[in-house]
Amino acid sequence: MSLSLHRRALSGSLYKVDTVPEVDASFLALPRHQLAQAALQRARDLGATYAEFRLERIRSESIALRDSVLESANDDEDLGLAVRVIHDGTWGFAAGVALTEDEAVRVAEQAVNMAQVSRPINAETIELADEPVYDDVTWLSSYEIDPFTVPRADKVALLTDYSDRLLKADGVAHVSVHVATIHECKYYANTAGTSYTQQRVRIGPNITAHAVAEDRFDSMSTCAPPAGRGWEYMTGTGWNWDEELAQIPGWLAEKLAAPTVEAGEYDVVIDPTNLWLTIHESIGHATELDRALGYEANYAGTSFATTDKLGTLKYGSPVMHVTGDRTVEHGLSTVGYDDEGVAGQQWDLVKDGILVGYQVDRRMAKKNEDLLGTPRSNGCAYADSSGHIPIQRMANVSLQPAANGPSTEELISRVKNGIYIVGDKSWSIDMQRYNFQFTGQRFYKIVDGKIVGQLRDVAYQATTTDFWGSMEAVGGPQTYLLGGALNCGKAEPSQSGAVTHGCPSALFRSVRILNTTQEAGR
Amino acid sequence: MTIQLTPQDTIERGLALAAAEGADGCVVLVSETSSTNLRWANNTLTTNGAMRGSSVTVIATVGSGEGTAAGVIGRSSVTEDSLREIVSAAIATARSAGPAEDARPLVDGTVGADWDLEPEETTVGVYEKFAPSLGESLKQADLERRRLYGFANHEVVTLYVGSSTGLRLRQALPRGYVSSTGKNADLSHSAWVGTATRDFTDVDALALDTELTRRLGWASRTVSVDAGRHPTVLPPAAVADLMTYLYWQLDGRDAFDGQTVFSKSGGGTRIGDTLSQQPVSMHSDPALAGLEAFAFAVARSSGGSSSVFDNGLTLQATDWIRGGKLEHLMTSRHTAELIGVPEATPDIANYVVSVDGGAGSTDDLVAGLDNGLLVTCLWYIRMVDPQTLLLTGLTRDGVYLVEGGEVAGAVNNFRFNESPVDLLARFTGAGATVPSYSREWGDYFSRTATPPLLVPDFNMSSVSQAN
Repeated sequence: MSLSLHRRALSGSLYKVDTVPEVDASFLALPRHQLAQAALQRARDLGATYAEFRLERIRSESIALRDSVLESANDDEDLGLAVRVIHDGTWGFAAGVALTEDEAVRVAEQAVNMAQVSRPINAETIELADEPVYDDVTWLSSYEIDPFTVPRADKVALLTDYSDRLLKADGVAHVSVHVATIHECKYYANTAGTSYTQQRVRIGPNITAHAVAEDRFDSMSTCAPPAGRGWEYMTGTGWNWDEELAQIPGWLAEKLAAPTVEAGEYDVVIDPTNLWLTIHESIGHATELDRALGYEANYAGTSFATTDKLGTLKYGSPVMHVTGDRTVEHGLSTVGYDDEGVAGQQWDLVKDGILVGYQVDRRMAKKNEDLLGTPRSNGCAYADSSGHIPIQRMANVSLQPAANGPSTEELISRVKNGIYIVGDKSWSIDMQRYNFQFTGQRFYKIVDGKIVGQLRDVAYQATTTDFWGSMEAVGGPQTYLLGGALNCGKAEPSQSGAVTHGCPSALFRSVRILNTTQEAGR
Repeated sequence: MTIQLTPQDTIERGLALAAAEGADGCVVLVSETSSTNLRWANNTLTTNGAMRGSSVTVIATVGSGEGTAAGVIGRSSVTEDSLREIVSAAIATARSAGPAEDARPLVDGTVGADWDLEPEETTVGVYEKFAPSLGESLKQADLERRRLYGFANHEVVTLYVGSSTGLRLRQALPRGYVSSTGKNADLSHSAWVGTATRDFTDVDALALDTELTRRLGWASRTVSVDAGRHPTVLPPAAVADLMTYLYWQLDGRDAFDGQTVFSKSGGGTRIGDTLSQQPVSMHSDPALAGLEAFAFAVARSSGGSSSVFDNGLTLQATDWIRGGKLEHLMTSRHTAELIGVPEATPDIANYVVSVDGGAGSTDDLVAGLDNGLLVTCLWYIRMVDPQTLLLTGLTRDGVYLVEGGEVAGAVNNFRFNESPVDLLARFTGAGATVPSYSREWGDYFSRTATPPLLVPDFNMSSVSQAN
């Protein structure tokens, strides 16, 4: 029952296919080297023992259609510079928008001033883990068509076609379409001698059909995840839009007429279109070292996976192997270098069901070198714009499939009385990443190993280690899919991050299923 | 050559360029922002920052068939050279678009009295009193083997709006807040306080720490409580956590299209329906003292009940819910016509929830409760079912057992499943409305005032081990 996903060759495209994409010429034309030199020199002159400079330009486009009519189409660009210093052992950060050497100097001075003002309330001398120097290197993400080279009218025409297919179907009352595209250019330089230019492209589509019956309404969204791809994604490379759009009206009609679920414990097979989000919340965030150390205690929260449990915590069943990486092709968190000049890497977070690693930045890597068993950061520093300070952000955290593992259908065949869950919808988890609750797009009742139809009003609720401990089997590579999100929030001031989570289908035993109508007291 | 422009120059030149290139109409928005922040954890500073930002949004309109099309381009760091490109791009975008469904004549207006003023700005100096007292509280916490975690932020946004129809508006709004979490030595218990402020002159870090210490003291006795429906006192912060979500669901277009709790079965909206038999109201007013919001509509994109054609529309005080009855939903001029209401009621960046006869504080509601729970705040609130506006989320940093009208100990955390619309119909006690700071949403929607509420049967769906 899972979507079949094929890479389809792009044929007949009118647009330039960048087989070897290049860094946008208009970004390269900005005086990045001069600005960096002015800022870093001023920071040195003022006594900073370390300084780094970022020039960032983030172009974003948002297109929204409502019932096949263009509702909004926005084209935005955020461009600015930032300086972070260590002065007298204390961080100082400042950012500005004017791209002049005078402004770069002013921002450097302001960063030093912030460090000086902050010094009396800083009890820790900031030190950073060493990293090799990368001298004026360039890195680009993997995509074929820069979305910003495609005429707006052509994009709207394609999306209108997709919308029309749903709107014309029986039972569909309304259709909403939203596509976000992002083109991120960054120049980074630090006083250790590293400098790089990096360009990344990503895209996040969502198409939702709405149905309104006499006594209730419901919706069905596409499961296409956001991806580190270009506009080719919308025309069929990496996702089979034709197949999914053709099935949505039928799925929606079936859901609207489906029986309500009986609350209780069920075996569940979770499709990667849903499981990625559970991984994000219960593993991705829980293995962030800044959370484990309490840095996010006032906002995003901490983690039950504290440092005293590294190497011993039974996170899940023995079939559980989770990696962190910033290298996978089309990953939303994939980079050449992070925002502290650290090269992208891959490492284990959970191996054979045991917690074995964290996601860290250079400050935490240095301070926790003995704990982590390595003197190097694994490259998880990121700021969502020039206006924000780099913090430890999530790598692509992925559950690995079993070599020669079962198909989704084979996993379903092992279930006597259960539910197959497809697509993500509602999500929530507590401040220490224990208790979570998720819903989905579609819930299929499984009886004696076979799907017998949809259910509605379903949510699953569990405690993280119980849930992953109940994972009996993971699917094979043929079930593996890269899911993800563009909008992961963290830090104060709040920053938004994009991250991918790869996973196979997986089978879990005895999971608590809620009836959401009953939860509402109806 | 890079020449930075003043906001007023940007607008005048942008409008002139748009007219010269044949746009039928144009609106230019310039937003100048400055902010400064301090963040701490484990009794020491962790990060800080001083940021300055600028953005320009050009909305060009052109005739398109029998209607009008709009093109929107937004940029930061605009110079004299780049402004021309932005205006041209906005016009080209409008010309390539079809007629906009929400097209209406641009809003007329005059030049505001403060139009010529420069942007206002904040600096790290805003923490002149707060930072030293924060430093003292961090040292004190260290001595007393408590740990403090928190964040203080102050920002000033100065917005300029100009249009080809003569509108010239300027408004500067300061906004600040502090949020602080305390934990005991073994990290087994936590407490939270938060408050909004305009300038930090009214925030005392030591006083906040005193309150955290008082609440941590309540954890000297700990009690396990099972999930279930419990009598629960929600202080103003927790009420704001829930009611802000309700506020965002007041979109008239979504309701009209049958997609929200405010949709009427069979079609239309629930305007006029009684949501609660209680004398509860929710209203917004950009002029509310202490909760001042932009006095005119600001829309950088169209969508739902927001329209770029409505930029500059004067915002009027609006009753969303009055005496328990749904009075208005958020509408643009377009969606007001669509759903059949006489005038547009766009969203306003503040709200007040009040209950006629509500008096007293959270402590007074606790004093009147024989057996139940006191919840500090709620977290990770997400929609489960739009038909009932069923929300899920967690309690966080302080749940307390109330016995005989007094706090009797600290209780485990819970996951809840509740609808704020249902809560407005079920609460049995309410205090006076006071300025509040939502733990979940306050970092970007902090202009709220809410009462504490007593709910007789708050649905704690399961126990959370988090502490």
